[in-house]
Amino acid sequence: MLTHAWIIPAIPALSFVIILAFGKKLPRGGSEVGIAAVAICFVLALAVGAGWIDRVNHPPEASHGEVATATAEGDSHGTEATAAEGEADGHGTEATAAEGEADSHGTEATAAEGEGEGHSAEGEGEHHVTEPVVRHITWFQNQGIDIKVGTLIDGLSAILLVVVTLISLLVHVFSTDYVAGDRRYTHYFAFLSLFTASMLFFVVAENTLQMIVGWELVGLCSFGLIGHWWEEKPNSDAALKAFLTNRVGDVGLLCGVIILYFAAGRTFDTITINTMANSGEIRHFLLLVASLSLMTAVMSKSGQFILHTWLPDAMAGPTPVSALIHAATMVVAGVFMIARLYGVFFNGLSIGTANINALAVVGSITLLFGGLLAFVQSDIKKVLAYSTVSQLGYMVMALGVGAWTAAIFHLFTHAIFKACLFLGSGSLAHHIHSFDMKKDMGGMKKVMPWTYRTFIAGTAALVAFPLTAGFWSKDEILAGAMQLGGGGDGYPLMLIMGTLGAAVTGAYMTRAIWYVFEGEPRGKSAEHELHENGPRIVVPLMILAVGALVAGFVNLPEALAPESIALRFEHFVEPTAAYFPEISHPEFSLPLAIISTLIGFLGIGLAYAWYWKGVGFHGITERNRYARAGYKVLENKYGLDILYTDIIAGTTKGPIARAAYWFNQNVIDGLVNLVADTARTTGAWVYRYIDQGVVDTVVKGSGGVAEGSGEVLRKAQTGKVQAYGAYLFLGAAVLAAIFVVIAS
Amino acid sequence: MKDLLNGWGPTAAVFLPLVGVAVMLAIPKSEETLHKVVALATSLAVFVVGVGMLAEFDYDKTAEMQFFVNKTWIEMINSRYIVGIDGISLPLIALTVFVVPLVIIYSWNHFPEPHNPKAFLILILVLETGMVGTFVAQDLLLFFVFFELVLLPMYFMIGVYGGEDRKYASLKFFLYTAFGSALMIVAILATYFLSPKVNVGGEMMHTFSMIELSKWGGAGLAKGTAVLIFGGFFMGFGIKVPMFPFHTWLPDAHTQAPTQGSVILAAVLLKLGTYGFVRIAIPILPVAAVEWAPVIGALAVIGIIYGALGCLAQTDMKRLIAFSSVAHMGYVMLGIATLTPFGTNAAIFGMVAHGLITGMLFFLAGTVKDRYHTLEIKRLGGLLLQAPRMGWLLAFSCMASLGLPGLAGFWGEFPAILSAYEPAEGLSVPLFRFFMVVAAIGTVFAAGYLLWLLQRVAFGTPTEEFEGKHIHDMHLTDYLAWSPMVALIVILGVYPNLLFKITDGAVVHSLSQIAGG
Repeated sequence: MLTHAWIIPAIPALSFVIILAFGKKLPRGGSEVGIAAVAICFVLALAVGAGWIDRVNHPPEASHGEVATATAEGDSHGTEATAAEGEADGHGTEATAAEGEADSHGTEATAAEGEGEGHSAEGEGEHHVTEPVVRHITWFQNQGIDIKVGTLIDGLSAILLVVVTLISLLVHVFSTDYVAGDRRYTHYFAFLSLFTASMLFFVVAENTLQMIVGWELVGLCSFGLIGHWWEEKPNSDAALKAFLTNRVGDVGLLCGVIILYFAAGRTFDTITINTMANSGEIRHFLLLVASLSLMTAVMSKSGQFILHTWLPDAMAGPTPVSALIHAATMVVAGVFMIARLYGVFFNGLSIGTANINALAVVGSITLLFGGLLAFVQSDIKKVLAYSTVSQLGYMVMALGVGAWTAAIFHLFTHAIFKACLFLGSGSLAHHIHSFDMKKDMGGMKKVMPWTYRTFIAGTAALVAFPLTAGFWSKDEILAGAMQLGGGGDGYPLMLIMGTLGAAVTGAYMTRAIWYVFEGEPRGKSAEHELHENGPRIVVPLMILAVGALVAGFVNLPEALAPESIALRFEHFVEPTAAYFPEISHPEFSLPLAIISTLIGFLGIGLAYAWYWKGVGFHGITERNRYARAGYKVLENKYGLDILYTDIIAGTTKGPIARAAYWFNQNVIDGLVNLVADTARTTGAWVYRYIDQGVVDTVVKGSGGVAEGSGEVLRKAQTGKVQAYGAYLFLGAAVLAAIFVVIAS
Repeated sequence: MKDLLNGWGPTAAVFLPLVGVAVMLAIPKSEETLHKVVALATSLAVFVVGVGMLAEFDYDKTAEMQFFVNKTWIEMINSRYIVGIDGISLPLIALTVFVVPLVIIYSWNHFPEPHNPKAFLILILVLETGMVGTFVAQDLLLFFVFFELVLLPMYFMIGVYGGEDRKYASLKFFLYTAFGSALMIVAILATYFLSPKVNVGGEMMHTFSMIELSKWGGAGLAKGTAVLIFGGFFMGFGIKVPMFPFHTWLPDAHTQAPTQGSVILAAVLLKLGTYGFVRIAIPILPVAAVEWAPVIGALAVIGIIYGALGCLAQTDMKRLIAFSSVAHMGYVMLGIATLTPFGTNAAIFGMVAHGLITGMLFFLAGTVKDRYHTLEIKRLGGLLLQAPRMGWLLAFSCMASLGLPGLAGFWGEFPAILSAYEPAEGLSVPLFRFFMVVAAIGTVFAAGYLLWLLQRVAFGTPTEEFEGKHIHDMHLTDYLAWSPMVALIVILGVYPNLLFKITDGAVVHSLSQIAGG
């Protein structure tokens, strides 16, 4: 399966086409096609995962010999795929290539098994290398350079494949109930399929160019789904905002990819780029510029401060979309990209030796400031959206401090628990059609017990309640911030921000729970006869809730678990080949875990006291000027929206564009018209005074010269352009003659 | 088949339309259906010739002139009838013979006022002769004749069938381009007289042969002279492209032209200019090209941003699309200005992609005008509700136009930006990297104006004026005319090698005299 991973994105792509073409005629409006496609993908993704685990446990013999090849040759990294390449290259249709290749794969697998014994005997402790599986065909050829498209399967892409297909599958199922009867049911599922295909295409990308393609295509799907109900202007505004903000980031993406392309000797291949970055073959300065450029793209796609403003607005789309795209998968594309190009970032930003860097700073600011914004929202989805911003900040910070595995681990757990929370909010709003938890919710725990339980499970994971998924992953990030970096000092600032973030997270989620589930029903929830939703909504919630509670056990720290089950995630996901930098790993630290948990509880406790017990300075925003000002700043989202929408976009679209157009019409075009007018007036003057006045009086009756230039222009005006053309070329020929005489 | 094509392929593609015209001239004006059938049959015959040449083309030798013919034409000055096709011209010829039948199909029930199918279709066929001729001609004078031939039918098309301001627009179009041509003929004659004589049947004569002249490559020519001659070519081609600041004829011409005229103008006519740079100006005068490249690059990126700003200020849908051409051709010219094969390949891809995508946008604008009788953006809205198919196609075309990967536009845009990072030897690297960043920023603007257009026209609900009115969605002719374009936009976007493979060899060959790259 590892060499055939291209099938995985191809299936939903096909399903997209089928739904688009026949969806409306199918009994379930195309949703059945989408679900079937994603289900198959999920199974295949599991197969890839299993294949990869097998490969790590039993590395094929070839891989050792080829480490050398990979580094020496630079751009043609040999892996087991070399066998495949030969065949795949020539074929236009991938299908044929795959079939022809099936045999060699089979033999390879057997070889691997036979070899495997010897390796496991060596024990886990030894650092052995598992080469990724690469497979590609020529995409196009330019300036004699073959540019490839293909799949790169390693632990990172395997885990992403599983996460994306799992969440996508659950969201598909959830949606069949949630958007049932929607005016564009079929389109909705078509876009979901396209999104899944693009995202999968992105995560298996073998080169940076392919990543750009996937990156933009998921952006397109996001645009389409945010604006799903485009009849209302706020929705299409939100869609535009998302797309345009991401385009701003894409400028960085384009520049970064281009720089790396040339720095690595004209190749987009990520393995080559990373390997060269690690071995020091690319100048540090170029790596720095490239990683900063790429960071802009990450900031927009993964909602990092200050380009995060589109993400909360993106909640205008249907809720399952928010769960899938704007929480679990697409927004982690930026995190994934850093992880994929970690050689570049690690060396470019000197992550291993510094105690502060741009990535860590952006991540830590985002996690704290995003969390604070979640605190003033009254829309449950916006709370979750800002929470997503904040959690993405954790991931980026983790990558910034060098805790690669912690970041991907958090990506994994976050995808599960945040999807659980978002789908939970959808379940809550399914009947009342409102997400306003202050006005329209309250007391929901009695009417929707399962939604309540699952939501609590998701919340527990989000606030890093001990032993839940979020606890393990967040703790590992903080441990990274404490222990990694140069000189053993860690990243102190990031450690503080990250811990504070834990308190904020606890507080805003407690607040949300209070508004939604406690008290008496308000507004619309009081008007409706509410009941728990059907199985298509509740079952996905349950699955995710269980995941939110237990998913963390896949990466138990070594200190707490026997060796055979400890750090499984790290063991299988973290790349070991030369394209991955030499990073160190944080150790589990009990004091840190206790302190951060206590701080998290402090946030929960304060919020609990405030809302449940009515303790604290209620009404302080009315009484105290500073508190009010602070609240206002948060309410206005630090003024960024005004800056972007009104000031930057507004002036470009308005005054600047109008000024440019005025310049165009009056100056440039004015000049053109002036030239034409002058020529006409001159012509008329010449005709009147010289031709008619002088020439005509001198040569009376000589009609041959009557056609002066003014006449010509007049004729041109009336349509006799040929005459004009003749004169023009006569003039040109004379000019040419003069020119030639002078020049030669 | 192969022999026939070898001897007659290009010639047939050029002159078959004129045969059709001759037939149509003999048919009385009132036989409208017959005219349509003859015109369509003619253009399809040309298309078949084009497909035949595509099939017979030897893709391993794209750098060589194929279907080559070299016959005496004007003996006295040694201007010869030289035609041939290589990897640079093949995609553009294919584009031309592909678009013209679609335009005729679209016209079937959409003849613009004063509704005279005979005259209108004759104009289109004459245009086709001019366009294909320009792309196959390998003799400078022959090239020039075809290049100019294109002007007249387009002039009449705008002047007779255009909108309210058609007189001004058509005259401006004509005079502006003719002005450029005048300077170009100066450059052609200068090249002719200053290049060394060649042996023609025992007699030493100057030559107009582009192949000979490219081999010569301006060797021995004083740099200043070469730069001046290049300037002549620059004006001729640059106005046609059009490059900032010589672009002001374009919005007027596009806005006033009938839909069919706009489509042909965008799809093919603008490419005559960019093609001229790639085929003539740069290979013949490589030294001067290096001198001019920074200027061209600067004007190109100014055009990208400036065109986008112009778009943002528009209130008329068609004029907005017209302005977007200025921005898009900026990417093409940036690719050319790098003087690298990578950039030039991207430029040719960009030409084809722009032809298809902007052609599609003009088709849509024409149909909107046909249904709503206005193109004023303010009055439109909710197209997706009233005519969902058109609405989705507009969304598709806008996405393609803003360079979404997976669709054709991306492959013209991104590689062009990329090539600016490392331009050919002799060009200022920092300057071109600056261009690269500006061009990359231009993509944000492109997304801005296109999505904003989409939002205002297609999203939302219809304005009061058109609420509840029946708007006819696509006609059969629309399906027939548009689906091939849409298909091609997707196919080229998914598998760009279809085009890059053709152009690469020829482009590398044509830039062989420029170092580095």
